[in-house]
Amino acid sequence: MWEAIESNRRRSRVLIALLGAILVTLGALIGATVGTAIGGAEDFVRSGYDRGYRPRPYAAPRAAPEAPRGVLATLVNDPAARGGAVWGAVVAGGLWLLLWGLAVTRGESVLLSAANARRIEKADAPQLWNVVEEMSIAAGLPQMPAVYVIDDAALNAFAVGYRPERAAVAVTSGLLKRLDRDELQGVVAHEIGHIRNADVRFMTLAAVMVGTIVLLAEVFLRGLRHVGRGRRSSRGGGQAAAILLLVTLVFALLAPLAAQLLFLACSRRREYLADASAARFTRYPAALASALEKIERHARPAETHAMLAPLFIVNPLAGGLTELWSTHPPTRERIRILRSMGDAGFAAYEQAYRQTTGRRRGCIGARTLAAADTASLREPGAPPAPAEAARRAREVGALLDRIGDFVVIGCVCGVRLKLPPGDARAEVSCPRCGRGHVVPVAETLGAVAAAAARRRKAPPAMRYRRRGGGWESFKCACGNPLQIGPTFSAPALRCSKCGGRIEVVPPDAT
Amino acid sequence: MSSLGIALLIVLGLVVVVLLWVVGVYNGLVRLRNQVKNAWAQIDVQLKRRHDLIPNLVETVKGYAGHERGTLEAVVAARTRAVAARGLEQQVRAEGELSQALGRLLMLVESYPDLKANQNFLALQEELSSTENRIGFARQHYNDSVMTYNTRIQTFPPNVIAGMFGFHELPFFEVDSAAERQAPQVKF
Repeated sequence: MWEAIESNRRRSRVLIALLGAILVTLGALIGATVGTAIGGAEDFVRSGYDRGYRPRPYAAPRAAPEAPRGVLATLVNDPAARGGAVWGAVVAGGLWLLLWGLAVTRGESVLLSAANARRIEKADAPQLWNVVEEMSIAAGLPQMPAVYVIDDAALNAFAVGYRPERAAVAVTSGLLKRLDRDELQGVVAHEIGHIRNADVRFMTLAAVMVGTIVLLAEVFLRGLRHVGRGRRSSRGGGQAAAILLLVTLVFALLAPLAAQLLFLACSRRREYLADASAARFTRYPAALASALEKIERHARPAETHAMLAPLFIVNPLAGGLTELWSTHPPTRERIRILRSMGDAGFAAYEQAYRQTTGRRRGCIGARTLAAADTASLREPGAPPAPAEAARRAREVGALLDRIGDFVVIGCVCGVRLKLPPGDARAEVSCPRCGRGHVVPVAETLGAVAAAAARRRKAPPAMRYRRRGGGWESFKCACGNPLQIGPTFSAPALRCSKCGGRIEVVPPDAT
Repeated sequence: MSSLGIALLIVLGLVVVVLLWVVGVYNGLVRLRNQVKNAWAQIDVQLKRRHDLIPNLVETVKGYAGHERGTLEAVVAARTRAVAARGLEQQVRAEGELSQALGRLLMLVESYPDLKANQNFLALQEELSSTENRIGFARQHYNDSVMTYNTRIQTFPPNVIAGMFGFHELPFFEVDSAAERQAPQVKF
């Protein structure tokens, strides 16, 4: 199953290379633009100083008809543009390295403190701790990640850690409160899946690159607005510079969009892969599906930063975003895929994914699938202890049964067997544990006799003939005064005091 | 340079490439085999954890249900056998018996509401079920690792290297699942 990482790694390299190309191109273009602008100004000043106020040789307009080949040639031959491009690329790379280094060395603590997560020990939340440890074992992590809790009623979780040794899993306190053990296990398995598939490392790398691209483009566009207002290029090679400026402008506007879309598409893919890993680790995809259902039902925007969004199990900043601009695939779709898995293997997830989304291209690499196998599902864990309300309901039920003349015998396993009156079988077996019990025949038959005796003791039935159709008062045999109105039409009523049945007959009946 | 020299250089280059590939495959196989070994060690760790939990559990239950001596003694005896077990087959059998004895004990507990409400016992129960899970997940991880390793040494071309350096297929951790899955039946 570890080929999942291999396939991930290859795709990641492609994405990182693409982002890198965008970053370097952007840096070079900006550098060249700035280089020609500054270089042009210096040239102008120098030429003016050296040669007096003689006009420059009449060269640029001649080059103009040859455009765009001429423009490119002008730029390539222009040392200012060339130097600027190299400098721009170097500065962009350097900026990226700096930010990336910060993210790698300080990333975990920055993210965790930005999410207001506090580290816990085993005694604080033994179940969460155990579940994290179980899933680390299932995933074969070299060591258990640190466990953090975020005090927030929203239901969410995320994982950080550039290396598995420094990884951490954080869940909100709302999640702990609302999910049962199996569901919590599913969510933690999803997060451990992110760590195991090296998603966190890749996301850090890619997110920093996207951030650098956005930053560079932003700085350039802002700078342009300042400069544009001040001075117009008065240099001879103005046309080449203008075209360069235009290209850079378009690129600076489009590059952040393209980088973010690439990044988001990859982020969504990794969510699917983490779901598949979670199913694989727990062998119980239904638990994660039911956890996601609960999370979706309680969805409300959490107090969190946009930069943390790709980390969470579901997008915490829901609303207003189309699918294309979301870090996460639609939760409903994820639930449907998990629910329709035939077994817990990667192949089953892939099949369910294709069926649910209708996409021909799968979400798991071909090599993973080639090595994939079936993994049988497991039974749900022990049911939780009944809540207080359920226990009360059961007690009320027992009380009602006693009134109904049922004979109750207790089984050692805790089940209360209720035998109907008149049950004459010699033995019954407990429906839960199968232990045999001798039926107390004397009691069950006695219950029948007692019920019969109660019925005999009941007041004799009485018959009342109506005098007319208006309000009438009369007395029951027990002396209780009763009243019936003109609309009374039932054939009988019960005395409110003794419960005796009183038959009411119309005046003209025989 | 003569054409013979060029041919020699090409052959030399090919040999180097093949050697590098062999080294890569060999290292990959060693890594996979170590992963299997680690997974096996993890199962052992978790089984020991369970052995350590049992005395505490038995003490707690004794306080409330001391007269259920038969079941308690069965658990203690099964633990002693499991600790002493040597060899894979014996170990698997002893641990299976211990699981069943524990299952019976936990079933018995159902009829002691006071014990079920005891905080200490609740904590122990979570530890015990977590340990059972860990053993299961460690076994699962071991089997997954064995499968990856076995598939690798069976497929071409790594199987050539595996044959040369004596990498053999490793056994799965099979449990007598029929016996383990069946809920323990108790008849008085």
